Amino acid sequence: MKTDRISALFGQDLNVINIGLENFAENLAKLGTPVTQVEWKPPAGGNRKMVGLFARLDEAEATGKVDRDTANQEAVTRILKGKPTLIGIGIAKDVVPGMHKKLIMHAGPPIKWKDMAGPLRGAVIGGLIYEGLAKTPAEAEKLAASGEITFDPCHHHNSVGPMAGVTTASMPVWIMENTTYGNRAYCTLNEGLGKVLRYGANSEEVIERLRWMEKELAPILKKALELHGPLDMKNLIAQVLQMGDEGHNRNRAGTSLLIRELAPYLVMLDEEKEKLAGVFRFMHENDHFFLNLTMPAAKCTVDAAAGIEGSSLIYTMARNGTEFGIRLAGMPDRWFTGPASEVDGLYLPGYSADDAARDIGDSVITETSGIGGFAMAAAPAIVKFVGGTPQDALNFTRRMYEITLTENDTYQIPAMDFRGTPTGIDVVKVVETGVLPAINTGIAHKDPGVGMVGAGLVKPPEKAFQDAFEAYVEKYAG
Amino acid sequence: MKRIILRKDSYYDSVFLMLISTEVKKMEGVTEAVVAMGTEMNLELIGDMGMGGSELDAAGPNDLIIALKAEKKAILDEAESAVEELLSKKAQQGSDAAYRHTSTAAALEALPESNLVVVSVPGEHAPREVRKALRADKHVMLFSDNVSLEEEIKLKALARERGLLLMGPDCGTAIINGKPICFANVVNTGGIGVVSASGTGLQEVTSLISRMGGGISQGIGTGGRDLKSEKVGGSTTLMAIEALAKDPETVAIAVVSKPPAASVAEKVVAALGKAGKPAVVHLIGMEKRPTRGNLHYAGNLEETARMAVSLAAGKPCRTQVFDADEKEIEAILERETNAIGSRQKYLRGYFTGGTLTDEAVFVLNETLGGIYSFDPADPAFKLSDPHVSRKHTIVDLGEDVFTVGRPHPMIDPSTRTDRMKQEIDDGEIALVMIDCVIGYGSHPDPAGAVAPAIRAMKSAAEKRGAYLTVVASITGTDGDFQNFAAQKRTLEEAGAVVMPSNYQAAELAKHIMIRLNSR
Repeated sequence: MKTDRISALFGQDLNVINIGLENFAENLAKLGTPVTQVEWKPPAGGNRKMVGLFARLDEAEATGKVDRDTANQEAVTRILKGKPTLIGIGIAKDVVPGMHKKLIMHAGPPIKWKDMAGPLRGAVIGGLIYEGLAKTPAEAEKLAASGEITFDPCHHHNSVGPMAGVTTASMPVWIMENTTYGNRAYCTLNEGLGKVLRYGANSEEVIERLRWMEKELAPILKKALELHGPLDMKNLIAQVLQMGDEGHNRNRAGTSLLIRELAPYLVMLDEEKEKLAGVFRFMHENDHFFLNLTMPAAKCTVDAAAGIEGSSLIYTMARNGTEFGIRLAGMPDRWFTGPASEVDGLYLPGYSADDAARDIGDSVITETSGIGGFAMAAAPAIVKFVGGTPQDALNFTRRMYEITLTENDTYQIPAMDFRGTPTGIDVVKVVETGVLPAINTGIAHKDPGVGMVGAGLVKPPEKAFQDAFEAYVEKYAG
Repeated sequence: MKRIILRKDSYYDSVFLMLISTEVKKMEGVTEAVVAMGTEMNLELIGDMGMGGSELDAAGPNDLIIALKAEKKAILDEAESAVEELLSKKAQQGSDAAYRHTSTAAALEALPESNLVVVSVPGEHAPREVRKALRADKHVMLFSDNVSLEEEIKLKALARERGLLLMGPDCGTAIINGKPICFANVVNTGGIGVVSASGTGLQEVTSLISRMGGGISQGIGTGGRDLKSEKVGGSTTLMAIEALAKDPETVAIAVVSKPPAASVAEKVVAALGKAGKPAVVHLIGMEKRPTRGNLHYAGNLEETARMAVSLAAGKPCRTQVFDADEKEIEAILERETNAIGSRQKYLRGYFTGGTLTDEAVFVLNETLGGIYSFDPADPAFKLSDPHVSRKHTIVDLGEDVFTVGRPHPMIDPSTRTDRMKQEIDDGEIALVMIDCVIGYGSHPDPAGAVAPAIRAMKSAAEKRGAYLTVVASITGTDGDFQNFAAQKRTLEEAGAVVMPSNYQAAELAKHIMIRLNSR
């Protein structure tokens, strides 16, 4: 019999973790014994079905039928080893796999035209007009409903898109490569705030701006980037977290750094001063310009974990305005969805919750990769979203360690003694603790064509996670 | 009516301002409120809302705009000062900022220096948490009951494999390194290691050892099935004995359990023999056996404590039953029996401790010719309705059937006092026995809680022209926050005879009942 550990215990001061009756912890604390109370809740809130699934999973793990720990370890190792690098700008139809003239990519899980929410419909209409496939919104709606147009998630084409995420054949896209694993991800260039396509706006000025981005902005940036050479995004994201960004709702530092990186090369280009000034101004006036870089960076990082048998890591979270969906590394092609949530947010002048569309966009890929809401403690300037004090933000991030598999070795939070951000969401932990991923997000107007009305936090639907967990148990615990 | 204020070069975070807008807009009478920086987009929005004006012509992105709309000037004033207040509001320390882990896994990760995990969540969920703790190489005290035998077997196999101490399930008491865990008493530190399958048994033995002048090195609870079930095989008990055998602080070992499965008993005896240290074994509800080598048998909880103290001190053990001398006992018997009427024939025990109940039943059963209880050895004496006493009855009010939807009577004494009040008019009761368990985890004043019920029963008897005798004992020490001496005084003032141990209380009750029967 091994009893050395018990002998060791007899010689040590007690240090207790108490799970359950708080009274037991209080008594020990009174005696000066260090004791930590866990705020325990029954797994999945005591949901019978889920509790049964946990029992099955435990059994399967005990008998070695599935080695979840090893699979998840492999998944997070891949995420940590990933090296997202910006390598260029291309036109979607030339670089995005499967892109063609009649394909419209959108944010979130798959959805049919008839089920699309206002902002997505608006953006689809705008996209069709921009591609010259329709002249008026009415024409565009007719075409969209005709069946002639293919709708497919960005995620099915190695891409991500913020808010509506509408991406069409002629749009310029950032090309991001995970140089460790060789996989790529794509994302459009950020259009700015206010009336923009990604929030469902499709007026003439919106289309005009998209044309300018295609004809002027993108070619100039592309040239500057060619002069610059590949840009190490992992390094940049690590820096922005130490400069007050969390990489989703605050991108002020990131956008500033990007301008700094590109400025020496932009001014070397043989371009008219006005055009260059226009490029600089456009980036400067849009704090979120950098978001469309963190997103594909996150995407190509987490995609490396897709397809690891037995892994319960969530490698995709995305919303299309109607549904929120996730995908697991161990069953990479299956979406698990629940209704898109309402956003708990703060509103731009003149708007209120009554105007808000439901949760939408692929930008939650940032949280999936361990930044965004998960790095809230890094962004004191926006703590008003989470209760108001930097302490609230710290607690907000701390909670995410409860549902993640590891701590990031590169993305760190100064205010937490440079602790790594919580990285690699485990669906089993989410369902067990009932702690849902904390997601930061912008809020679109519910009607097409209006634009952004605020920003805030969103709680994803528990159902998507429970369904995924159930399917995982069915597949791996038989 | 609107009011537009432009404050040049006053930068605020936009989110902070959105929050202020929301707050101010909630005010009664305020129809519109915008507090924002003068960016192009905001100016446009303010214009669209019909809130614009010439005041804003000079506005730039570093200027603060306060635009308010309300029915009356007074409200505008109020709103404006509210904005001012919110803008200048000092950050407050988050009131609920203290962070708590919501999962065992996260707590284990965050606290690598922890060495013991106490689990008291509902039994169906407990094994999951225990498994996590064991896998993280932590010792575990599993307080929860309703953990299945299958789970216990699996968990104990895991603990054994990793060389970890798993106390429980259904383990109410432990004293590790002098610290009382869950329901436990403040006892002297010393050379006696106690291993007990029962929580109140461990409390009674350790308290008595302490009150006799001895001390405890470790008090290890094993859970009721550890020795009883052949499949569990005494896993925790055997590990505890081996660890105590090696422990330099432990001079003598005491083991308390219900009668174990035969094969398990052999293993325990072998382990104690191998330990080489003087050992006392008490098998609850069994007559003692003769001493063999270093292994001694005790007939009750008190004797277990007494023998352990003697063995640890290397002195001979006292053999008399009562602390008090014969004359004193005779005086008590005389005083307590002389007014009991001939209709009064029965004994009632209202207990809160399971093992204390078992001990009382064991001492009294033969003398009284059978005692009704919830779970008797002889099924003929099973109470058909556990909520109704008949003839001689001793109930453990901590049984599950009494605690549905309410705390254990050691925490909530009303379960017991309700039962006592329910039987207040029963003219056939001659004697009432109670226990009183103090220490950590217990009610802050169990004697004070039961005293009114004792008085009420006694005075109801008096009104019937009868006399009710009440015999009590207290499990605990003067170090306990309820204080042994103070609890004793309270019970005595209520008219109870307080004996120094549960065993002596049962013996006194036996003598009283014999005296009554012989009249």
